[in-house]
Amino acid sequence: MSYSDVSTDADVGSTAFLEEDRQEGDYDSSSLRAALINRPRQELYDYWREFRNLPSFMENVKAVEILDGRRSQWTIAGPAGADFDLVCEITEDRPGERIAWTSSEGSDVDHEGWVDFKDNPFGRGTEVRVFISYDPPAGVVGKVVAKVMQREPRVQARRELRRFKQLMETGEVSTSKAPEAAPRASRHL
Amino acid sequence: MRALTWHGKHNVQVDTVPDPQIVNPRDAIIKITATAICGSDLHLYDSMIPGMSNGDILGHEFMGEVVEVGRGNTSLKKGDRVVVPFVIACGQCFFCERSMPAACDNSNPADKADATEIAYGHSVAGLFGYSHLTGGFAGGQAEYARVPYSDYGPIKIPDGIDDERVLFLSDIYPTGWMAAENAQIQPGDTVAVWGCGPVGLFAIKSAILQGAGRVIAIDRHPNRLALAKANGAEVLNYHEVKVREALLEMTAGLGPDSCIDAVGMESHGFSPDNIVDAIKQETRLGTDRPHVLRETIMAVRKGGTVSVPGVYGGVADKWPVGAFMEKGLTLKTGQTHVQRYLPQLLQLVLDGKIDTTDLISHRLPLEQAPEGYKNFKENQNEWTKVVLKPH
Repeated sequence: MSYSDVSTDADVGSTAFLEEDRQEGDYDSSSLRAALINRPRQELYDYWREFRNLPSFMENVKAVEILDGRRSQWTIAGPAGADFDLVCEITEDRPGERIAWTSSEGSDVDHEGWVDFKDNPFGRGTEVRVFISYDPPAGVVGKVVAKVMQREPRVQARRELRRFKQLMETGEVSTSKAPEAAPRASRHL
Repeated sequence: MRALTWHGKHNVQVDTVPDPQIVNPRDAIIKITATAICGSDLHLYDSMIPGMSNGDILGHEFMGEVVEVGRGNTSLKKGDRVVVPFVIACGQCFFCERSMPAACDNSNPADKADATEIAYGHSVAGLFGYSHLTGGFAGGQAEYARVPYSDYGPIKIPDGIDDERVLFLSDIYPTGWMAAENAQIQPGDTVAVWGCGPVGLFAIKSAILQGAGRVIAIDRHPNRLALAKANGAEVLNYHEVKVREALLEMTAGLGPDSCIDAVGMESHGFSPDNIVDAIKQETRLGTDRPHVLRETIMAVRKGGTVSVPGVYGGVADKWPVGAFMEKGLTLKTGQTHVQRYLPQLLQLVLDGKIDTTDLISHRLPLEQAPEGYKNFKENQNEWTKVVLKPH
């Protein structure tokens, strides 16, 4: 990343002010999303860094098993009910600031991601930026299928970050899932 | 349980549906003792709001008795009587902390929040029983309801106070109150209120309590105008007079200090394609429909304030931006920050300073709710407010 050719003297560290406003990932589908979360930076980092917590806000991550200090095995819900296994390795870990990870060779899905935690300079909590990039399970077809199933990275990053914010700020993930959370009449007629 | 469910345009029925359950730690289940049909429910009845699904339970004005609480809820217990705000809000995000619960960032579930983020630039808060754009939550025209964040929203009601005296704390009473507050009334001001439905009537009551010297109410239904008059307003029937000219004459040419639009507009939809449709519709209809928002801006005095509790959803054409700027006006609006107002508004009821029951025209069992919808839409003069009793 470089700050050259910016058209403003604002320096708020936003990706909107970077030369490359669209983050390019190693893989075909990528997305970056930011949210302001009304909790301390360290608390947010700690929760995310415990990868076994990821299924609590990443809807398509069904389970995470810790293999060692850097590696973990993720079970991902893929299109058409198929599960994929992913061995993730932490490539960068700055406590309270940033976690980056990438899938190791031999995973079913090629994936990389990072999350940044930064104090809002005006005391409004923590600025959290999440980047997700992956090769869809079965190339272009997989991307179409994944999009239909709302697991396409852009939708995924947006929703995962919303859920993370909900969980950190309120202690729970908002839901209106039928029938338990929101009963409705069966769709007869 | 039994619940009023939506099955398409002008098709609501009472169905048997699964009982709601505690899902999240801060949830509560409420046994509903009283619930009302809101004017904004008619937008759903008319199929003007997208994002409805066949079978959705309607209703966002309700109260009742707590029958179950989640393990994370320490402020409510079984047997508490509560009124539930129509706005679902977490109490802990940027907006809730600044007393703007109607802008809550967390209550709209992640998978439902996309639609309004696209339509409005930001996702909106969750609401009970008001389409999947506002979260897809089941409503309160039912025997029971699941209430999220129930340790933040619901307000406890002391025993011995009739349901009907407090039910409207759920929406229309704070909505009318905030409309008056948004009108920035100074002692002795003249306030004009368009629309004498339930929100307009509460805006009239509130404007007087907030120090207005004079309130002028505008409608066309004689019975609704009579209610406004009984609440201390002077009235104008817009079928009989030219409203702006009448207001100028009544204020010796000055114009009202504040104007309140308690009418709104049939929603023009939320998704980009609906917005385009709305532009077409507005262009076609714009010349022969009264346009309250436009009229308020033209009628209000220079430097005055326009307050808009009426619901708008899409885009509006023929917006008199020149009058707005050249007259130096202030415009204030928004979904009601219900939670912000509940303690003070309950106190006014307990102190006997406000009558919250005079607008109720009909009381029906839940099973007759479809009849209530039909008449509230078609016989507006007589059917001013419908309260449903589910138990």
